[in-house]
Amino acid sequence: MSGVVPKIRLSGVCKAFGDKVVLDGIDLDVPARTSLVVIGGSGSGKSVLLKCILGLIEPDAGKIEIDGRDVLRMPREEQTRARAGIGMLFQNGALFDSLPVWENVAFGLLAQGKIARREARERAGEFLEQVGLAASVGDLSPAELSGGMQKRVALARAIAARPDILFFDEPTTGLDPIMGAVIDGLVVDCVKRLGSTAVAITHDMASARRIGDQAAMIHKGKIVWSGPAGRLMDSGNAMVDQFTHGRREGPIQMELRR
Amino acid sequence: MTSILDSVAAIGRAVIGACRTTGALAVFAATGLSHIFRPPFYGRMFAAALLEIGYFSLPVVALTAIFTGMVLALQSYTGFARFSAEGAVANVVVLSVTRELGPVLAALMVSGRVGAAMAAEIGTMRVTDQIDALSTLSTDPMKYLVAPRLLAGIVAMPLLVVVADILGVLGGFIVSTLKLGFNPGNYLTKTLDFVQTMDVVSGLVKAAVFGFVIALMGCYQGYNSRGGAQGVGAATTSAVVAASILILAFDYVLTEMFFAR
Ligand SMILES: Nc1ncnc2c1ncn2[C@@H]1O[C@H](COP(=O)(O)OP(=O)(O)OP(=O)(O)O)[C@@H](O)[C@H]1O
Ligand SMILES: [Mg+2]
Repeated sequence: MSGVVPKIRLSGVCKAFGDKVVLDGIDLDVPARTSLVVIGGSGSGKSVLLKCILGLIEPDAGKIEIDGRDVLRMPREEQTRARAGIGMLFQNGALFDSLPVWENVAFGLLAQGKIARREARERAGEFLEQVGLAASVGDLSPAELSGGMQKRVALARAIAARPDILFFDEPTTGLDPIMGAVIDGLVVDCVKRLGSTAVAITHDMASARRIGDQAAMIHKGKIVWSGPAGRLMDSGNAMVDQFTHGRREGPIQMELRR
Repeated sequence: MTSILDSVAAIGRAVIGACRTTGALAVFAATGLSHIFRPPFYGRMFAAALLEIGYFSLPVVALTAIFTGMVLALQSYTGFARFSAEGAVANVVVLSVTRELGPVLAALMVSGRVGAAMAAEIGTMRVTDQIDALSTLSTDPMKYLVAPRLLAGIVAMPLLVVVADILGVLGGFIVSTLKLGFNPGNYLTKTLDFVQTMDVVSGLVKAAVFGFVIALMGCYQGYNSRGGAQGVGAATTSAVVAASILILAFDYVLTEMFFAR
């Protein structure tokens, strides 16, 4: 891999909220056109990590490179442009509840001026069908949807503008197993067919193996293991083993009382 | 000795905190205003905010203005009777309404209605990651959420105050003619002869400033809210309280600028 510039490269990224250290020197490479699955305990900073790359949270230290360019030290306008190509599925969906579903889905396309409003309505229907929803759902408001449906709408919104880089924060949580598999297929499709680079956070090992080329585990603010996603279940790393097999005994002591 | 140092430190912290908030607010206001003049413009968002501030506040503002005008006529009549100056009712009503009570009371009512709603809406968007989602969808939240509301506040408040002025004078007119026995024709002539352009204009300028303040505090508090439903609730309260106090403070400053010679 040396010599090839990774799509995303993090080195020594640190972030603390007050005196609570969340990220403590994260080093991570995501090669172009591959998908990386990030696993880790609840509250280990996975969502914070994605938000740092997106520029929604400013890291305290470290370097974040996209296409070999250090985004943290760019002028503001350029930062915005470098990050415009990143689509994000938020953990809780984050749909705009003042807009109907179809406008949510077409929001990025409309914002970039790629299509007119009339056309957007139709295109939104197509994207909704891709995620297993009827086009007529487009006329509802997000509050009228079930949690799983909201998740799928959010997914449709994230992939609608065909971003270069895609972040998925727990894309299949809250979905039934079949729909979960459909969504996994969609994620894989984005990477393989559209050539996007994807980073997905998941707690679902089956899904992790389906969508990931690479995998990494984050614990106590550091990347403790990374390797091919196929090796997740027999990584030879005690922490990963404990996590993927869901054992209570092992090197990871869940800090239950705090 | 240490307790003195402690209290000095506490005062210092409070002052630094206040300076930081003022600075942050100023930067927020400047950023929001600058987005009003730079494309892309979100006409729909502006129209929606204009409708919300201008149109849906009409009933509240209208009722406030009418009753204020009525009370004003009654109060000044009974008060001025003590030194036989009842004739000045028309003058007092029109002057107080256009210069002062129209803009200030309308603004206070609108801040309770609209400022709170803005803070709640934007605050909810903040705590549910919707504002973050905007920036990942090639949309600047300051431009999309804040700038249209600021502009709508500046545009809508003066329009509301024109209505408030007219209805306030009407309220005074109704009480004066129906209850206090003034001659309708005389009352109106007196009102129109007495009021000067500057009285009305100063009130409208005040209204524009108040409209800006209301929208600014609503947006600022919402934008910076933290921590779930409770945070949004706190943001709503702060937006209304801060806007109300700022309205009264700006009212003094503007009055001084217009009329103190
Ligand atoms: N804006 C914030 N302010 C303060 N603390 C925060 C903030 N965002 C996250 N944290 C803290 O950072 C830690 C990591 O949060 P994060 O959301 O990244 O966890 P996560 O790994 O995504 O967990 P989960 O799997 O449950 O989603 C948490 O302990 C959280 O309390
Ligand atoms: Mg998370």
